[in-house]
Amino acid sequence: MNIIVCIKQVPETTEVKIDPKTNTLIREGVDSMTNPFDLWAIEEGVQIKEKLGGKVTALSMGPPQAEQVLRDAIAVNVDEGILLSDPAFAGADTLATSYTLAQAIRKIGAFDLILCGKQATDGDTAQVGPGIAVHLDIPQIVFVKKIREITKDRIVAERMVEEGIEVVESSLPCLVTVVKDINQPRMPSLRGKMMAKKAVVPVWGVKNIEVDPEKLGLQGSPTWVDKVFSPPSRSKGKIFEGETEAVVKGFIEALQEDKLLQ
Amino acid sequence: MSAIQVLEDKCIGCKICVKTCPYNAITMQEKLAVIDITKCTLCGSCVDACPVDAIVIQVERKRIEGFDDYQGVWVFAEQRDGVIQPVVYELLGVGQRLAKTRNTELCAVLIGSGVSEKTKALFQRGADKVYLVDHPKLGQYVDEAYARVITKIVKQYKPEIVLAGATALGRAMIPRVAVELKTGLTADCTGLEIDPESGHLLQTRPAFGGNIMATIRCENFRPQMATVRHKVMTEASVNPERTEGEIIKIEVKDPDIASRTSILEVIKDVEETVKLTEADIIVSGGRGMVGPENFKIITEMAKVLGGAVGASRAAVDAGWIEYSHQVGQTGKTVKPKIYIACGISGAIQHLVGMSSADVIIAINKNPDAPIFQVADYGLVGDLFQIIPSLTEHFKEILKK
Repeated sequence: MNIIVCIKQVPETTEVKIDPKTNTLIREGVDSMTNPFDLWAIEEGVQIKEKLGGKVTALSMGPPQAEQVLRDAIAVNVDEGILLSDPAFAGADTLATSYTLAQAIRKIGAFDLILCGKQATDGDTAQVGPGIAVHLDIPQIVFVKKIREITKDRIVAERMVEEGIEVVESSLPCLVTVVKDINQPRMPSLRGKMMAKKAVVPVWGVKNIEVDPEKLGLQGSPTWVDKVFSPPSRSKGKIFEGETEAVVKGFIEALQEDKLLQ
Repeated sequence: MSAIQVLEDKCIGCKICVKTCPYNAITMQEKLAVIDITKCTLCGSCVDACPVDAIVIQVERKRIEGFDDYQGVWVFAEQRDGVIQPVVYELLGVGQRLAKTRNTELCAVLIGSGVSEKTKALFQRGADKVYLVDHPKLGQYVDEAYARVITKIVKQYKPEIVLAGATALGRAMIPRVAVELKTGLTADCTGLEIDPESGHLLQTRPAFGGNIMATIRCENFRPQMATVRHKVMTEASVNPERTEGEIIKIEVKDPDIASRTSILEVIKDVEETVKLTEADIIVSGGRGMVGPENFKIITEMAKVLGGAVGASRAAVDAGWIEYSHQVGQTGKTVKPKIYIACGISGAIQHLVGMSSADVIIAINKNPDAPIFQVADYGLVGDLFQIIPSLTEHFKEILKK
C-alpha cells in the first residue's frame, strides 16, 4: 500500500499574539512544531504500512526550515520525506496550497491512500484535505476517528458528525483526514532518530513538478488577508473566595443581580 | 521579480522587520532590509510592522471572466433526516442583511429526498427564491454528489455570495465546491460585512486558535464563499404569512449524483445529554475532577441546567471521559451562552475552544489559575463542595 501523509509546520499557536502598540503579529521567538492533527495522520499511515506492507511518504509545503517536520516524521517510521519549497509557492491560500500539493502527489506517482490531519492549528480551515481530493479527482472521508477496514481497493472508516458517527465506505485511492482520537502516536526510537538525522530530504520547487505558475502562491490565491487584529478582550470578572458557603452565596446573588439563569 | 520588495529610498534601517519576520528571512545589509525570498512566505508581517511603509507586496491578480454576471446571496439549506438545521436560519439572518446591502435577492439551495415541503420554512425566514433538488438518491448526504450538484447550480445561476454552515457536512462538502469553482472560501467566519466602498464581502474569522482575528477578501473571484459556525449569527425572524416564493426545480442526472463513497451506517450518540456544539450551557470538567467517577457531579449539574458535558484535554487523555466531549484546540470549539469550567486550569489550548462563550464561570481551588483571567465569575475553592451546592441552588432557582 502506498500512503502519502500531508503535514504542515505550524507555530506554537499559544504564543502568537498581536502587538497592542503596532497592531501587528508578533511571532518573534515563537517555536515551530508539526501540526498536532498531522501527528495522528502520520501514526495512522505508519500503522497501516506495518500491517499491510508498502511505503509511507510524508509531504510538506513550506519554507526551508519546514524540513524539520519531515525528519520528525521519518523518526517515527515514515519512509521518505519530500519538501515543497519555492518562492513561487509563497503566499498560497487553501486553493493554491491544495493545487500545489496535488501536483506534487501526481509526481510521487502511484498512491492508494492520502492522509491529512483534520485541520492545521494556525489557519484552522480544514479545507486543504478536501481541496487535494478534488484536484486529484478522488473521494474523501473527513474527520475520521477510526479506520475499521482497509484492503487494497476499499476502506471503511468512522467519521465524527454532530449526532455521532457515520460509517463510510469508499473505494481507493481515497483521501482521509483524521481527528485526535484515532490512535496514540509513538515516540521516536533511537534508531528512528538516527534514520531521521541521516535521511536525505529532497526539496522540490517549481521546476520539479508540473504546474501552471498562475495557480501558485499569492498569484494563484483568490483570497487574501486584508488585516489582522486582536479579538476583543474580556473584562475582569467577579471573584468569590473564602468558605464554600460564602462563595456559593455570593455567586448566586451576583448571578441573580445580573439576571442570568432565570 | 519577487512579489515582495523593499523600497530602498524609504527604508530607514530600523530593523523592526528583522525582528518581526517569523521565518528569519530578513537581514540588514548596509542599513537596508534585504529579504531572502527563498525563506519568505509572503505572510505580510513585515509589511504591517514597517513604520515607514518601505516594504510592499504586489501581485497581479486576474479577475474571473463575467465577474459582473454574479448576483444574489445564496445560503446552503442543510437538512439532516429532513430537518432544516438551525444554522441555516442564522445564515438566512446574515444573508438577508448582505442581500439588502447589495440590493440583490436572497436564495436558498435545498437538496434532499422528499424535502419540497421544507421550502415553506425557508420563505418564512426571508428567502426570495429556493433552488430545489429533490431526488430519491439524495436523501442521505454524500460529499461527492452534493458538491457536484451545488457546483452545477452555481455555475448555471452565478451567485455573488455563497454561505454554508460550518458543520461536519458543510466543512466536508463546501471546500470541494470552492475548489471545483476555483474560487476562494473562508472558513468559520464570525463577521460578514459588505465593504461600503467596493461592495466586496469582508470575511472576518479567528486564526491561530483565536489569538488573532483576520479579515479576508476575495475580490476578483466569484462567488465569494464562507462557512459560519452554528450560534455565531442571529437567526432570521419568522414571517408566518410569507410561505411562498419562487421555487426553481433543478433536474439532476445520474452522473451528477454518482459517488465513490457511501454511508453504511449512522451510529447516533446514545447519551441523553445535549450536544456540545448545540448547547446553550456547558458544564466542563478538567484535571481537578481527579477521577472518572467524579464526573457524575458535572453530569448532574448539566442535567439540572439542561446543558451539555464538556471536558479539558487532561480529563480526556486520562481516560475519564470520551474524546467527543473535549473542548479546545484538538477538540471542539464551542460558543454557549454559559460555560462552567470546573477544575480546569485554563491552558491556552483549552481557552481557544471556549473563550467566545457569552458568560464564563470558573470553579478552581487555585486562585492563580489562568482560567480566572477569562472568567466573568470566578469561584475559588473546593469544587467537590461547591458543585453539589451550586446544583442544589440551580434546582431551586429554576423551579420558580
